[in-house]
Amino acid sequence: MSTEGMATPVAPPRRPGAPAPAPTHFKGDFLVRARQIVSLYPEPRSALIPLCHLAQEKDGWLTPEAMADIAGMVGVTPGEVLGTASFYDMLHTEPVGTYLVSVCTNIACLLGGAQELLEHAEEHLGVGVGGTTSDGSITLEEAECLADCNRVPCVQVNHRYVGAQTPESFDQLVADLRAGTRSADIPTHGTLIRVRRTVGIEADPADIAAERAAEAEARAGREGAPAEKGGGA
Amino acid sequence: MITDAPKIVTARLDHADSHTLERYLATGGYEGLRKALAMTPEAVCAEVDKASLLGRGGAGFPAGRKWSMLRKNPVTYLVVNGDESEPATFKDHLLVERDPHQLVEGVLIAAYALQVTRVFIYLRGEFALGLERVQGAVNDAYAQGAAGRDIFGSGFSIDVVVHPGAGAYVCGEETALLESLEGKRGFPRIKPPFFPAAIGLYGDPTVVNNVETMSNLPWIITNGGAAFAALGLGRSTGTRLFALAGDVHKPGVYELEMAKTTFDDLINAPLLGGGVHHGRALKAFIPGGVSAPWFFPEHLELPLGQDEVAEAGSMLGSGSVVVMDDHTCMVRAAWRITKFFSRESCGQCTPCREGSGWLERIMERIERGQGRTEDLDLLLDACDNISPGLAWPPQQTTICVLGPSIPSSITSAIHRFRDEFLIHIKDGGCPFD
Repeated sequence: MSTEGMATPVAPPRRPGAPAPAPTHFKGDFLVRARQIVSLYPEPRSALIPLCHLAQEKDGWLTPEAMADIAGMVGVTPGEVLGTASFYDMLHTEPVGTYLVSVCTNIACLLGGAQELLEHAEEHLGVGVGGTTSDGSITLEEAECLADCNRVPCVQVNHRYVGAQTPESFDQLVADLRAGTRSADIPTHGTLIRVRRTVGIEADPADIAAERAAEAEARAGREGAPAEKGGGA
Repeated sequence: MITDAPKIVTARLDHADSHTLERYLATGGYEGLRKALAMTPEAVCAEVDKASLLGRGGAGFPAGRKWSMLRKNPVTYLVVNGDESEPATFKDHLLVERDPHQLVEGVLIAAYALQVTRVFIYLRGEFALGLERVQGAVNDAYAQGAAGRDIFGSGFSIDVVVHPGAGAYVCGEETALLESLEGKRGFPRIKPPFFPAAIGLYGDPTVVNNVETMSNLPWIITNGGAAFAALGLGRSTGTRLFALAGDVHKPGVYELEMAKTTFDDLINAPLLGGGVHHGRALKAFIPGGVSAPWFFPEHLELPLGQDEVAEAGSMLGSGSVVVMDDHTCMVRAAWRITKFFSRESCGQCTPCREGSGWLERIMERIERGQGRTEDLDLLLDACDNISPGLAWPPQQTTICVLGPSIPSSITSAIHRFRDEFLIHIKDGGCPFD
C-alpha cells in the first residue's frame, strides 16, 4: 500500500532496554482490556494486532498516539507498530468513515456483477475506491474475497456481511446506514469483536508443561509401566 | 452420484440455532472429547491416523502424519488456521459461524492428543461474526468444564485463545500465519529444513491445522477412525466440504463423500449445483481455488478426489469450485485473479512481487484493448520466471507457494482461449462488453 500521507507516530524510537513509557492514550476500560489482551500471549508482541483492533474500536482508526501506546505495551518501537500495521488491509493508519463498505470484486463476485456494482457505488457515493464521503459517514473499499461467495456480489459493512447487493439495494443500504437504522447489527467502524473473553487459565505454557510432566510421572508410577504406545503417531 | 454418506461436519446446520451450546449438547456435542479424554493421547492419535484424514486447508497433507512430526519439547502449540482467504472458498466461514462448538471440541481433542501447552485459533479478521461466535463457544466450553483447568475431571488442562487476523491472504500460509500470530508482518518463513512441527510459534514445535480438519475430529473419535476411512476412496477418505460458486443455479457449500462424487454431479445435479445458470453452457471451471489450473467440460467426469485431480494436472486445493459460463470473458477472469495475487503478494521475493505486478498490468491492457500480439509470449515468459517450466505441480523461485500459484489462471486461459486474447488485441477491446 502507499505510505504517502501516512501519519507518523509521534513518539521517538526508544533505545533498546529503555523502560516502556506508561500508556497515555488507552484509559479506563480500554486500558484494562489492552492489558488483558497482552496477558493472553507468552510473548507480548503477539498482542500487537489485537491491540490495533482495540485501538480502532476506540478511535475508528489507528492513531499515532495509539500506536505509541501499543509499542510500549508490546515492547517495540512505534515505527515497528506502523510497519506491521501497514501490512494489513484491516488496519487503517488514516481516518476511516463511520461505516467501511467493502465491495468484493474477486472472481466469484466478478461473475455476479461486482465490477458494475462497484462502479455504481462510486457514482452513488461520489467517491472513488478508498475515498470517504464528505459527511464522514462512509468509506468505500474494493475488497478481495470475503468468503461469502454464494451471495454475490458480496458486500461487508464494518466486516459484517450484508448479503448480495443490487444497485438498488445498495442505495437503500447506504440510506439505512446514514439514518442509523442498522446500528444494532452493525457497530461503528473499528468494533470487531463484541463478545469478551470471560474465561481462561492465567498460566504460562511453560507452567502447563511442568504440570503435564509431573502428571505423566505420577501416571507412570501408578501404572508401573509407560502408557501404551499408539500406532503410527 | 450423490452418495448416502453421513454428514460429518454439517450435520447440525439444518438447525437455525446450530451455533448454540444448547443445540450442540442436544446433538451429541462434547461426547467425542469425553471419549478422547478416557483414551490415552497416543490412542487418540492412532484413531486419527486410522481415519487417514487429509488436511482440509489446501495442501492436503495427512493430519496424522503432521501430528507425528511434532518434535518432543516441554512447550508445544496447536494453531488453528482459520484465515480462509482463497478466492471463492467459503467453507470455513460456514463452520466458524454456524458450528463453532464443533470446531472448539475438535481443537480440544487435538490439544489432548498432541499434549500441547496452548492453543491459538487464528481467524481471519473479516470474520467478525465468526470471531464472536467462536469466542462465545470458547467461553461456553470453559463454563461447562470442557476447556480450561482439569477438563471433565480428567486432569488435563488447556487454554484456548481466539486470535483475530487483520486482512492478508498470505497469512493463510502456515508460516506466515505464525509470523502474524507473533505480531509481525505476514512474511512466510523459509522451509525446509525447519517446518513448524520442529520450529514453529516462538521457535517451539507447533502443529498448524485447518478449521475443517479440526471440525472432523469429534465425529472421528465418536465413530472411530475406521468408519471415517470407510468413506471415500483410496487416499481421499471421509467427506469433504466443496464450496461451489460462480455461474451455477445453486452456489453453496456441499458436504460430499470424497472421490465418489464427480465435478459433473457437484455442478449439475439438481440436489447440488443445479447446472449452469440462465440455461447457458459451461466454458471452464476452477477445481480447487484460484491457485489451481483450470478445468474444462471434458474434465467434468473426474471424481472429487485429491489424487484424481492431481493426476489430471490441477489440484483439489481448498475445495472451491468456480463455474464460468460461455458468456464469461476469460481475459477478464484471469486478469482479476492476477490482480488479486498482485495485491496479496507479501513482497519478500522478487519474482512474485515484481512478476505479479507486471502480469496484472499486461493482462489489464489486453482486456482494455491496448494489448500487443507479443504480449502473450511476454506473459508466459514472466510466468516462467516465477515458476520455471510452467509445470504442474509447479516449480518455484519463491519462499512460499503464492508465487507459483500466480501463473495458473494466465497459462490456463492462454492455452485454451488464445483466440479470445487475440480478438481483444485485434479489435482493440473486450468482445464481451
